[in-house]
Amino acid sequence: MSVLTAARGPQVRWRWRPSTVVLYALLVILAVFYLLPMFAIVVTALKSFAEVSRSSLWELPKAPTLAGFTAAYDKLAPYFQTSVLLVVPATLLSAMLGSLNGYVLSKWKFPGANTVFALLLFGMFIPYQSILIPLFQFVSSIGLYGGVPGLVLIHVVYGIPICTLIFRNYFAAVPTELLEAGKIDGASVLGIFLRIMLPISIPGFVVVMIWQFTSIWNEFLFAVLMTIPPQQPITVGLVNLTGGLLQHYEIQMAGALLAALPTLVVYIVLGRYFVRGLLAGSLKG
Amino acid sequence: MATATAPPAMVERLPRSRSSRPWSWERVTPILMIAPSVVLVAIFVYYFIARTAYTSLTRWRGVVPDYTFVGFRNYARLFQTEKFQADIVNTIHFTAFFLIGCLVLGLGAAVLLDQKLPGSIIFQNVFMFPLALSFVVTGTVWRWIFNPNYGLNVLFQNAHLGFLKSGWLTDPHTALNSLTIAAVWQMSGFCMAMFLAGLRGIPDELREAARVDGASEFQAFWRVVFPLLRPITLSAVIILGHISLKIFDLVFVMTFGGPGYSTDMPGLNMFITTFRQDLVAQGAAIATVLLLMVALLIVPYLIWNLRGETER
Repeated sequence: MSVLTAARGPQVRWRWRPSTVVLYALLVILAVFYLLPMFAIVVTALKSFAEVSRSSLWELPKAPTLAGFTAAYDKLAPYFQTSVLLVVPATLLSAMLGSLNGYVLSKWKFPGANTVFALLLFGMFIPYQSILIPLFQFVSSIGLYGGVPGLVLIHVVYGIPICTLIFRNYFAAVPTELLEAGKIDGASVLGIFLRIMLPISIPGFVVVMIWQFTSIWNEFLFAVLMTIPPQQPITVGLVNLTGGLLQHYEIQMAGALLAALPTLVVYIVLGRYFVRGLLAGSLKG
Repeated sequence: MATATAPPAMVERLPRSRSSRPWSWERVTPILMIAPSVVLVAIFVYYFIARTAYTSLTRWRGVVPDYTFVGFRNYARLFQTEKFQADIVNTIHFTAFFLIGCLVLGLGAAVLLDQKLPGSIIFQNVFMFPLALSFVVTGTVWRWIFNPNYGLNVLFQNAHLGFLKSGWLTDPHTALNSLTIAAVWQMSGFCMAMFLAGLRGIPDELREAARVDGASEFQAFWRVVFPLLRPITLSAVIILGHISLKIFDLVFVMTFGGPGYSTDMPGLNMFITTFRQDLVAQGAAIATVLLLMVALLIVPYLIWNLRGETER
């Protein structure tokens, strides 16, 4: 992860010491704690219902079967599809708004720009319960209650602060000379954005889009309140699944894995960008 | 002319004179670009907060809004309910242990990873992957691990550690701590990432200097490194603290506030009160209290952050 490994100068050559064994032992103990739920998921999901009821969580499957996955997939497929239809437009729109705001708030500071930024940022920390009642009324009144479009709107709006923050930090690091050069060439504010800033902001887009993708995919409060069947996202699907099949832990675990898979894959492939988004959320980090 | 008194370097930049006009596209376009977002946030955050706060002062219960003003009666009633009192106690308890757990594990893991042993990066990825999961997934899995008949209890029994057996989520005395374990599992990687970034930002020379002065490895860490991590620790505490005040999904999935009120939290209470029991004004009061708690933590933090930025 480049964010976490940068800025330390040349790597000190590592030497073997007796304390190394202790360090590795501690690392392994921690790893066991973090991987324990993964173990529980995989081992349980591969068992049959009969075996789940008979054996403890820690026994490996004697007759591995994909029955749990098939059952979970049958139930979750429509929710999964809804989540995809939700996440893609919400992520793209968030990133577009965020890049506009970040560009303006870092390179074209009008009087009071910092205050506007602070007021925007506050929206990222509020407990959403504090806006839920009027939001529910509003979304109902414009006829968007119950489905994906309403939820897209909600995620785009409440994603503005974090996307603005990440892009503002990104553009702040871009040399102002680039902007000056554009001005001298007679480019307008929007022209500089479209022709100079956007092309160099791909890494910013990657960070923002991964962050929004993960957050929206995993979100539950808006999802459970603002949608009704058949247009409910995957987190609601998983809760419905587990509520309906209390003893079927093999289906629950297979479902949990299916629900987690997209964000997990993104983390494994593009983890360092995910970490950048994570640290950006703490402002100073 | 304003440009006549400016230093020579400024005079050369001719295009600048364009922006000194009071009405120019160069001044208006940025504002137009940011306007949609500002309007949306003004409505969806600030106006909606104001409406919630006002709703909390009304008599609205049931499906049809009733904006009859009743003052702070909902708050008075709220603080008298056993459930909300439990919420406050639970929130404090949960937040305290959640923070301690995340800070200790996070700092420990970060220091271990900072030794730069071969393979560290693999461990680092392992410690942080829970952050990519939803609280719903985490809750589902940990509920299974905490299952008294199939989960951890069996492991402890087999390891002759029977005294560690527990009712976990089914026992009102242990349910909240069990919930905390799952939350720490999910979020401690965030702390680790913050501390690791902090440690990597501290130049080796500082520690080297302490060692030259005769400090032990531990002293070098405690006296030199740790004080430098203080701002990062504060950031981590505030970010994680506000997450724990707002906790909702995990409780919804793992315990739904039970057994009894033993794991109930304001976020869940608001949701049930408003949208399941239709006590809308009462729910608005819970939401307002929750917002005030979060604001108390976040507003000074935002000011501190943005002040620091302008000084830089």
